Amino acid sequence: MDRRSFIKFSGVTLAMAAAGVTSLPVLAANTIKVGILHSLSGTMAISETALKETALMTIDEINRKGGVLGRKLEPVVVDPASNWPLFAEKARQLLAQDKVAVVFGCWTSVSRKSVLPVFKELNGLLFYPVQYEGEELEKNVFYTGAAPNQQAIPAVEYLMSKDGGSAKRFVLLGTDYVYPRTTNKILRAFLKSKGVAESDIMEEYTPFGHSDYQTIIAKIKKFASEGKKTAVVSTINGDSNVPFYKELGNAGLKATDVPVVAFSVGEEELRGVDTKPLVGHLAAWNYFQSIKNPTNDAFIKMYRAWAKKNRLPKADSVVTNDPMEATYIGIHMWKQAVEKAKTTDVDKVIAAMAGQTFKAPSGFVVKMDERNHHLHKPVFIGEVRADGQFNVVWKTKGPVRAAPWSPYIPGNDKKKDTPA
Amino acid sequence: MTRFLISFLFCWLAVPAWAALDPSLVRQLTEEDSDRRIEAIQQLLVLPEAAPLLQAMADDGLMVGEDRVFIFTGETALDAATGEPIAPAPEAYESVMVNNRIRSALANALAAQKLSDTDAQVRLEAARELQSNAGLELVPALARALKTESDPTILDLLALAHAKASLESPDPEARLAAVTDLGARGSREARSLLLPLAEEAGEPDARVRAAATESLREIESRLAIGEFLGQIFSGLSLGSILLLAALGLAITYGVMGVINMAHGELLMVGAYTAFLVQTVFRTYLPEYLDWYVLAAIPTAFVAAALVGMVLERTVIRRLYGRPLETLLATWGLSLILIQAARVLFGAQNVEVANPTWMSGGVEVMAGLVLPWNRVFILGFSLFVLGLIWVLMQKTRLGLFVRAVTQNRPMAGCVGVPTGRVDTLAFGLGAGIAGLGGVALSQIANVGPDMGQGYIVDSFLVVVLGGVGQLAGAVWAALGLGVVTKFMEGWWGAVIAKIVVLVIVIAFIQKRPQGLFALKGRFVES
Repeated sequence: MDRRSFIKFSGVTLAMAAAGVTSLPVLAANTIKVGILHSLSGTMAISETALKETALMTIDEINRKGGVLGRKLEPVVVDPASNWPLFAEKARQLLAQDKVAVVFGCWTSVSRKSVLPVFKELNGLLFYPVQYEGEELEKNVFYTGAAPNQQAIPAVEYLMSKDGGSAKRFVLLGTDYVYPRTTNKILRAFLKSKGVAESDIMEEYTPFGHSDYQTIIAKIKKFASEGKKTAVVSTINGDSNVPFYKELGNAGLKATDVPVVAFSVGEEELRGVDTKPLVGHLAAWNYFQSIKNPTNDAFIKMYRAWAKKNRLPKADSVVTNDPMEATYIGIHMWKQAVEKAKTTDVDKVIAAMAGQTFKAPSGFVVKMDERNHHLHKPVFIGEVRADGQFNVVWKTKGPVRAAPWSPYIPGNDKKKDTPA
Repeated sequence: MTRFLISFLFCWLAVPAWAALDPSLVRQLTEEDSDRRIEAIQQLLVLPEAAPLLQAMADDGLMVGEDRVFIFTGETALDAATGEPIAPAPEAYESVMVNNRIRSALANALAAQKLSDTDAQVRLEAARELQSNAGLELVPALARALKTESDPTILDLLALAHAKASLESPDPEARLAAVTDLGARGSREARSLLLPLAEEAGEPDARVRAAATESLREIESRLAIGEFLGQIFSGLSLGSILLLAALGLAITYGVMGVINMAHGELLMVGAYTAFLVQTVFRTYLPEYLDWYVLAAIPTAFVAAALVGMVLERTVIRRLYGRPLETLLATWGLSLILIQAARVLFGAQNVEVANPTWMSGGVEVMAGLVLPWNRVFILGFSLFVLGLIWVLMQKTRLGLFVRAVTQNRPMAGCVGVPTGRVDTLAFGLGAGIAGLGGVALSQIANVGPDMGQGYIVDSFLVVVLGGVGQLAGAVWAALGLGVVTKFMEGWWGAVIAKIVVLVIVIAFIQKRPQGLFALKGRFVES
């Protein structure tokens, strides 16, 4: 830890202590506290701020309908500032000090890994709303985002199909941390099983917050000129995506030549980018704002109204995206589980979560698996439109069961599909 | 942009009804199977009257609803086959899904049609469009255009596209001609197309294989030069950004000796000023929005200089000659400035858009595209450098600053107001940082803690160049940029960062005074 962040830390700890003192009396009130643990500053704020807003909106919606078990929900919002150790500290504060019944939060896998020991130790409950690399199954966590077989694998299969451009060479490009590394390990094994040679795969990583993508784009261009149709699989996270897509547009790398499919870029991340040069690049998710159905229309309308009421920045152009939908599903499912268990006790709620269903904005009824803590979700692949929305070009017929232990990683076949 | 205008023009012309198209063909455009749809596009491409329909489809404006296929431009619905207005427009409709494969077929079909346009600019755009993904179906259209075209640039592009498209030809003679032709003019995409032809699996004819191998060699030598120049350019571009970030520090730390940890935050002040100026232009002068950057440059200079001077007057001047306290105090200031930005603008990044004239790039040679924003920043850094040189060498203020740094008591004795000169010099350094911030806003993200990412690099540049030396900072910045970019090319961004730091540490060990050492009396102080 450098001195600067040490100072920040001590400041934060002091502030925490102060907050702890002042929030004690509130405990007495007859509410259920729920924690919201999303970065509101730093490199991940671009993605996570909207999730905090979604969570607050959903809580407000539930409260207006009478709360849970007759009690109102009281959100406790903290800002872990894209700082992974701070995530653990904030999680401990939420569980030990604020005594929240449940926490909705985290985006990057490194932040989830950092809070895991805290949730296990204090037997907390975390709802994690983002697609991730799998390889994890914790009793204290419910994963409402996609596992690799619900996002990464179908996306690459699509790229290899005729409509996806029959790609034969792949650039696996990501931010340097656990999610991209593991996803790319899975994808590499998957590509090999499909007969793609080692020399036709290029793996590249950049640090968090990286902003100079000239070399990477030049490398991609070179790699793409070596005889076979090339596609890029991007697991770049956070605000690095803005300079990456800017550079991509400026360098004239069109989707019809080298399509880029992204797993962490949705409507929200593209708000800060001129999307006209990016038309046709892809993203794979379990939800897009452009999906038309009454549930989604209501969801979008509710978020727009929320943004306007709370004067969010650029409230007239707010968008919804997949992790927001996953947050929305998660909170509602937790509510249903609490009502079924008739208590907020963590172990009873966990038991009650199994098999919960919810009519999601994606237009499908999603179900929490009876055993593996993951949702059954539909998969969509969308192409960027000039207005920053996505055109769905491929989708599964129905929800797909998650396989958190990817069969493409050796040894996973022996792992159990239930939390230990 | 031009494409957009052209498409707009087409839509405009399309308002009156056009000669009716075969409705079953139009219907085929909306089918599930992409193969069938592409077949329909290729049949439509020879009919000039199909242009508005194809354009509408490419712009997501082709709709199906209530059993009709129609073009919907926002107000009026036109029947896709006849062009007749449909009133009332169908209530429930969906746009016809266009994926990359369809989009590329559409783009080629539209470009092929535009080859016979009377406007040379339109033909040039079309010829450019046909450089990628041109298939065998376009060969007749290209051959026809080659006969009638007179403009040499367009002719050249057309010949290239023709050669690429004929690589798939079943006739070995045509393939041979195409392969040889591509060797002479081809670039990156051509290389990709030729590679399979050089192997036995991809090409049955031995002569064509030999010609392909030969052509590949030619192209590769051409590409290698472009690639090398590209790496140099991206290195210089990174260097120019480092330089802009570090130049202000070269004055405050290098010349004045103030260890200013809040330097990164002065960059941030400049970047946020650019954001504010953009907002003002958006609200009050939307027609001049493209030129907000030019207005942001002086504004950011003034804003950052004012912040700098306030810092100097209130805090830093009380700490001259006490470097450790300065370090701590400016560090505190940097935290205050970051929090201030969070309070004022929110913790999230704000969007600073590139003006249209800074978007896109220029292809200077095969395989070398220079993005406009980077070219602009490179030029801008030279301009700032020139500005500082003139200020330091040619003005009275510069003379005073140099006099005060070299010998403060003596300068005071001969009547130089040293206190005011310090403030002004610090203000100048801060203002230059503000200019750097404007440049950064065009490349990187603008957020409250953006400055922290540059503080280390800035000190690196100044220390490596030699404290007190502006010329040293220039060489250090450009050198670091180029070295970093070459290393990134070999080992990737993560390792490159480590290696560069190791090199710098080793260098400073060997040569603590940096690239350029000061000579004379000033050194020992």
